[in-house]
Amino acid sequence: MKSYDVLIVGGGVVGAAILRELSHYKLRIALLEKEEELAFGVSKSNSGIIHPGTQNPAGSLKGRLCVQGNRLTRKITRELGVDFKEVGELIVAFNEDEVKKLLELKKEAETLGVPRIEIVNKTWLRKHEPNLNKDVIAALYAPTAGIVSPYRLVYDNAENACRNGAEIHTLSKVVNIKKTKKGFEVFTASDIFSARYLVNAAGLFADEISKMAGVDDFRIKPRKGEEFLLDKKKENLTNHLIFPLPTKVSKGILIIKTADGNPMIGPTAVDTEDKEDLATSDEGFRKVFSAAKKLVPSINENDIVAYFAGLRPAVGHDFIIRHEDKVPGFVNVAGIQSPGLTSAPAIALMVRNILKRNGLYFRRKFFFHAHRKKTMHLFAIPLEKTKKLIRKNHSYGDVVCRCEMVSSKEIRDAIHRGAKTMDGVKFRTRAQAGRCHGTFCTTRIMKMLAEENGKPLTAVTKKGPGSEIVKKDKTRD
Amino acid sequence: MTERDLIVVGGGPAGIAAAIAAAENGVKDILLLERDQYLGGILNQCIHTGFGIEYFKEVLTGPEYADRFVKKVRSIKEIEVSLKSFVVRLTPDKTLTYLRPGLMQVDKAKAIIMATGCRERTREMIHIPGTRPAGIFSAGLAQKLINIEGLLPGNEVVIVGSGDIGLIMARRFTLEGAKVKAVIEIQKKTRGLVRNVVQCLEDFDIPLYFNHKISRLYGKNRVEAVDIVEVDDDFNEKPGTKSRVTCDTVLISVGLISENELIEMAGVKLDRKTNSPVTNELNKTSIPGLFVCGNSFKVYDIVDSVTRDSIIAGKLAAEYIRSLK
Repeated sequence: MKSYDVLIVGGGVVGAAILRELSHYKLRIALLEKEEELAFGVSKSNSGIIHPGTQNPAGSLKGRLCVQGNRLTRKITRELGVDFKEVGELIVAFNEDEVKKLLELKKEAETLGVPRIEIVNKTWLRKHEPNLNKDVIAALYAPTAGIVSPYRLVYDNAENACRNGAEIHTLSKVVNIKKTKKGFEVFTASDIFSARYLVNAAGLFADEISKMAGVDDFRIKPRKGEEFLLDKKKENLTNHLIFPLPTKVSKGILIIKTADGNPMIGPTAVDTEDKEDLATSDEGFRKVFSAAKKLVPSINENDIVAYFAGLRPAVGHDFIIRHEDKVPGFVNVAGIQSPGLTSAPAIALMVRNILKRNGLYFRRKFFFHAHRKKTMHLFAIPLEKTKKLIRKNHSYGDVVCRCEMVSSKEIRDAIHRGAKTMDGVKFRTRAQAGRCHGTFCTTRIMKMLAEENGKPLTAVTKKGPGSEIVKKDKTRD
Repeated sequence: MTERDLIVVGGGPAGIAAAIAAAENGVKDILLLERDQYLGGILNQCIHTGFGIEYFKEVLTGPEYADRFVKKVRSIKEIEVSLKSFVVRLTPDKTLTYLRPGLMQVDKAKAIIMATGCRERTREMIHIPGTRPAGIFSAGLAQKLINIEGLLPGNEVVIVGSGDIGLIMARRFTLEGAKVKAVIEIQKKTRGLVRNVVQCLEDFDIPLYFNHKISRLYGKNRVEAVDIVEVDDDFNEKPGTKSRVTCDTVLISVGLISENELIEMAGVKLDRKTNSPVTNELNKTSIPGLFVCGNSFKVYDIVDSVTRDSIIAGKLAAEYIRSLK
């Protein structure tokens, strides 16, 4: 039986942030993830927005953590070598009534401590956001909004945590939890892990994990969001993140800039019962496009390169982050929907403090490797730099994914750093994510995965066991 | 930066024919760039017959058709072939930048012929609601997996769209022992050649459903089933016509669009639907000396026509280069 001081269940944005935070200290820590790779649950459909803190009720936990998380994300992305772009956001108003609401939002945001927000007028908007609907009369401008790649943040947090001694067990779905005198015994299909403290960051399944641990007082209500990704050619469709006024249940349908360059529009917000319901729909498509066109009329359906649905792990209106006193040592981190990505580093600090208050002794490591070497992406650097890279390492000049310009060097690096599946390669490098959807590069990536992992081609999967790409190798008949 | 007379981008049937024609019309210094590791382009995976009937008056397979041109282009000393060479930038002054293992090179040419081919329209472009499991392939990718790699993508197949590659793959899957359960076409008639409907579907008793579409796709890890539904003339679903078909593979064969991101980067206007250059003259663009041929100019039905028109592109480029002197 493997034993730890702290065991984290769930390898998404939140679990990875907690793992890295705890890896600063002399603790034995590990994370359990049910999928084959991290960020394959809720996090894989995260839109990558680092929110400034607007659109949260004053006094809410998520509002406070969001403002703090926005600040912390800058430091962490610098340390991890993850690109953070401060693009700013605009919440737009079409009439005087909506302008009044903007003023309310502004006041609310100021109470929460969101820095440098202002109302901008039509002239400002024409100049700085020329593709915006001409009927927009004013906007609330929050310059501290930014964008990151949510998956790369998870992978790089996890990689850095492991460098600092943390352990990660994938394909480790928790099936039972036993409370013991010293803490917990956590059962997966093939292993038992013991831990003094247990942190539940299981996203959509946080209610089930909590129930196993002995706290059955909340239900995760998945809220589906469909998103549509546009061609990278349209990178400059907008200069900022564009938001309509928020509704009661969501921030509305947005025009999102992404760290990879492709604009994204969405998401919808529809409650669903099924935690695995990731189906997209015709209604979602119509809804997103009509709402997005209202913000930016030139948006065109022909520019869609991908679409997908994600599920927000909602529980009521706020985050649940607490030590469960009736199960000493058990910490719930549940209901982390938007702004979860932004809040994650602040949540991690909060969890650390909760553990400390409940008896876990924290001693900083003398040597903590805070920095990781930035992962190179050809699409993100100027050609002059590419030229130097190719001279140093020839395989940077061997382009595998043509639509997104990804070299064999980047793909092999991704595999060496832990990519085990086609989606894992895609999330890390963008190979297969472009306009041809992998028609031209799938076979080469399959071969690299098979070769580097020492497996046959028939064992290469899209996203873990059961999702093998091909059924049979006829050359081995 | 190296200066060249002519650069041809793309070593498929169009690029090869254009390069050969340019050399035969007096161009002395030609660079042929191909991003893959061999010449011949997509013909290499088209192991079925039917190529060359017009051009050679013979029935050839894709690789045989390609091989005749590859041998010829290799024998012409005016043509330098550079494989694994991927163009990343093209500017209106006809300067292009390409990457190759170990090298990034910038070349300026008097004339450029773009023969970058086409790509398949994807599931994303026709919007099929449902999940996104493994088992969804473009017809061309399935063709490459089977014919080049020897890998069988699936055992029970539904094909969306009656484009030629889809029809040919219906036969190919059947010959490999898989079961093709249906070919679904939203239009009233096939998009492919009649001979392919007869030889690839009818001869193998594969049902083809016109005025039908997939209304939903199921499966978490791997495709498990699709809902098929009849549509009216406006493509709206007809109530009561839905049925579920179990399958582990969905093949998408809903047409091809020209691949022209490079000339778009150089400022050539593209048609929003076909992605081919907006022009009234064969192979010409709005930039003098920048030519486009083959499937990147417009998507052709048969390769013989690609060869015929690409030869004209080679001649036009030769004329253009002569006119500069």
